[in-house]
Amino acid sequence: MNFVLSILFSIFAVTVVILIPWIGVGALDLRVLFGIVIPYAAMATFFVGIVVRVIGWSRSPVPFRIPTTAGQEWSFPWIKSNPIDNPKGTWGVVVRMILEVLTFRSLFRNTRLEYRRIDGVPKIDYEWEKWLWIAALLFHYSFFVIFLRHFRFFTEPVPAFVTLLQNLDGFMQMGAAPFNGFGLPGVYLTDMLLMAAVTWLLLRRIFYSQIRYVSLPSDYFPLFLILALGTSGMLMRYLLRVDVTKVKELAIGLFKFSPVAPEGIGVLFYIHLFILCVLIAYFPFSKLMHLAGVFLSPTRNLSNNSRFVRHVNPWNYPVKTHTYEEYEDEFREHMIEAGIPVEKQAEPKAETEEKE
Amino acid sequence: MADTPKPAETAKIDHYPSPFEKGWMNKRAELKPGVYCYASKPKNLEYVGMPFPKEWHPADEDWKLPENWKEIVEEGFKDRLDKYRSFKLFMDICVRCGACADKCHFFIGSGDPKNMPVLRAELLRSVYRKNHTLAGKILGPFAGARELTEDVLKEWWYYLYQCTECRRCSLFCPYGIDTAEITILGRELTNLVGLNTDWIAAPVANCYRTGNHLGIQPHAYKDMLDFFTDEIEDITGIRMEQDLNRKGAEILFITPSGDVFADPGTFTCMGYMMLFHYLKEQGLDITWSTYASEGGNFGYFTSHEMAKRLNAKMYAEAKRLGVKWILGGECGHMWRVLNQYMDTFNGPPDFLEEPVSPITGTKFKNAKTTKMVHIVEFTADLIKNNKLKLDPSRNDHLKVTFHDSCNPARGMGFLEEPRYVIKNVCNNFYEMPLETIREQTFCCGSGAGLNAGENLELRMRGGLPRANAVKHVHEKYGVNMLSCICAIDRAVLPNLMEYWVPGVEVTGVHEMVANALVFDGEKKRTMDLRGETLPGMEEDEEDV
Repeated sequence: MNFVLSILFSIFAVTVVILIPWIGVGALDLRVLFGIVIPYAAMATFFVGIVVRVIGWSRSPVPFRIPTTAGQEWSFPWIKSNPIDNPKGTWGVVVRMILEVLTFRSLFRNTRLEYRRIDGVPKIDYEWEKWLWIAALLFHYSFFVIFLRHFRFFTEPVPAFVTLLQNLDGFMQMGAAPFNGFGLPGVYLTDMLLMAAVTWLLLRRIFYSQIRYVSLPSDYFPLFLILALGTSGMLMRYLLRVDVTKVKELAIGLFKFSPVAPEGIGVLFYIHLFILCVLIAYFPFSKLMHLAGVFLSPTRNLSNNSRFVRHVNPWNYPVKTHTYEEYEDEFREHMIEAGIPVEKQAEPKAETEEKE
Repeated sequence: MADTPKPAETAKIDHYPSPFEKGWMNKRAELKPGVYCYASKPKNLEYVGMPFPKEWHPADEDWKLPENWKEIVEEGFKDRLDKYRSFKLFMDICVRCGACADKCHFFIGSGDPKNMPVLRAELLRSVYRKNHTLAGKILGPFAGARELTEDVLKEWWYYLYQCTECRRCSLFCPYGIDTAEITILGRELTNLVGLNTDWIAAPVANCYRTGNHLGIQPHAYKDMLDFFTDEIEDITGIRMEQDLNRKGAEILFITPSGDVFADPGTFTCMGYMMLFHYLKEQGLDITWSTYASEGGNFGYFTSHEMAKRLNAKMYAEAKRLGVKWILGGECGHMWRVLNQYMDTFNGPPDFLEEPVSPITGTKFKNAKTTKMVHIVEFTADLIKNNKLKLDPSRNDHLKVTFHDSCNPARGMGFLEEPRYVIKNVCNNFYEMPLETIREQTFCCGSGAGLNAGENLELRMRGGLPRANAVKHVHEKYGVNMLSCICAIDRAVLPNLMEYWVPGVEVTGVHEMVANALVFDGEKKRTMDLRGETLPGMEEDEEDV
């Protein structure tokens, strides 16, 4: 599919996602549907979906031990091994996985191909390229902090760590934002970082021709969805404020399983909530499952110990082989002639033939 | 056979697909001569009982597929999803971040966007989505899904046999998605309907019958070793006979058959022979085998099952001969199979003992259950324990660099051992740039059964990143010898060097070991194992 079509399709899909609650709540006042039923359904889809997918993966066995070794193996005591990138046991794997999941270690290795021709002779270099790694880290961690900050809407009293996080996150921009003093709250750093990172991830998909070539609508769609989620959230906070007390009433109701859909929250909130619902309901069916999948990746979560600890393939089955006996039967005479030891001496029949 | 373009032509590579392409799914793969290998001959498939043997040519429109090919492939696909977590997971979790895109030597050398690892996998993923995901079934192309058609199958074949399973992409993937795994299983699928290449099918059939890829029969194998014995005698004045198929030896030695077949692998083979003879007095009791006369495994480029079938000879022969453990020669994919598959395939070898070096008493704890030791670690241990008298100055005419073979690097982590040995047997060693060695090493461009003749253009393209790194040290330090521990490397790198970096030769590590090895009672060395005069040594000859 052409990338323009992919992008248009994704934008169209996200527009529909925005219009549904706008009409649903704004015009039809379906507060219970959009404030209670859909959020519950989305959450159920999210959790059940992830569990089903993970179980689905787990049901396929790991027949062979195939870690990608990224450092020196465990060998002689006088050779320094790399216990993290080439783990020999469980602890090495645990550290490798922690670094992979929390610091995106493999992505950190990224380089960029620099291909030039000088007088027709190729010259290849591998340049520094950490932007993808930086953007990925900023995106995921900002998202995580924003998620944690939202706990102030679900919990009463608000846990201390949430308040602390909120203060830290808001501190950097306090008083520095251009609109300060106009009755607007301080800007959260993570809001800015998230939007910047997502925008960059989107732009590189469009402007880097290699990435553009491989991108599918399902790559653009979540990016647009998250952009819409962030934008609606920020609009609520900075420009078109909604009634936070009532939002909190709804949120706490949802989490205490005694849901209420109070009047007069403002349609923007429902749009924000609906985008979130779509995102989490879409999650188990999409590439976003990399969140869970990375933990199961056999090239990362296995130790390189198959030479000293036997790995068993649960579906191993006997195969037909060419046995030594068959081999010797075919070549016995040649072997004897060449002085190569054999199991059986030449058949008498062959001898008679020779005599003749 | 297609004419291979000149290097300056080949070097015109565009890595940037134009913006307004139709999208890759709508573009039929164009099969270019010089890129693909010829189709498998029916007799080679028949010999090992593989399905649908037939005469066909990739350039033909009709690939003579069985009537129910689609059903077979789709059934095979499903079966593998259920058997391999790797496959299932790698079909699902790619986010197409593109980190792998410019890491593949075939993409770097060809600029063909379908050689980006992510896209190679997408060729299969698109069909997976169509058949196995809800979104794919409903949304079709909008969910990146497409129907399996004959064109798609041809595209698979074309691109799955343009991957050398080197795993460089998997190193950079944030989720460890391994294109080798996808290629291996994808090739299994093509094999289900009789699509293979003869360069893989013929060695497989040979190996099944004669014990080695090259089809060398036992008496011929002995002839070759005898020939090397004569050569060695010419150089050293010592006759270094080897044992074949000897029962009751302590150790069985298995090496790729390429080592006995063609230069410069043969010099490495002579190196092994000299090392074994050297150690004989110190108590080495070793035999070669004509039945297990292949370390490599082209079955691994066919299917897991065929890999297992061919690999079975190693333990079977060890058992028949009654040895205690197995020593393996210098080879790349051989060691990936030995390290990551052999015990699982054909173990446990409980009739063998935990390997101990008879010379140094060192226990090879890292080979405890597989009972197979790499000759380079064996030699490294000898050197560490001062068991070898070495004169590295005999390699002074060489300026050496080391090419990490993909499989020992990324499928084992065998990085320091060869370097330790090389540094002890030669005085001039220079590393290539860090992004091109060790775990980040670049493939020779001809692994995984692609070392044929008809696809030379592809091989030269795929080897470009490696050659470029050699060129760098050639120009900077005057490097004239590229060392490696892989038989395919030894077979293909000379071509690659000639094409991109003339003036650099290729050697195995044990060739250099044997050059440096000082024997009691040998005649003064005036030649290296290649029969070339050693600079500086000829003066001594005059003195004598």
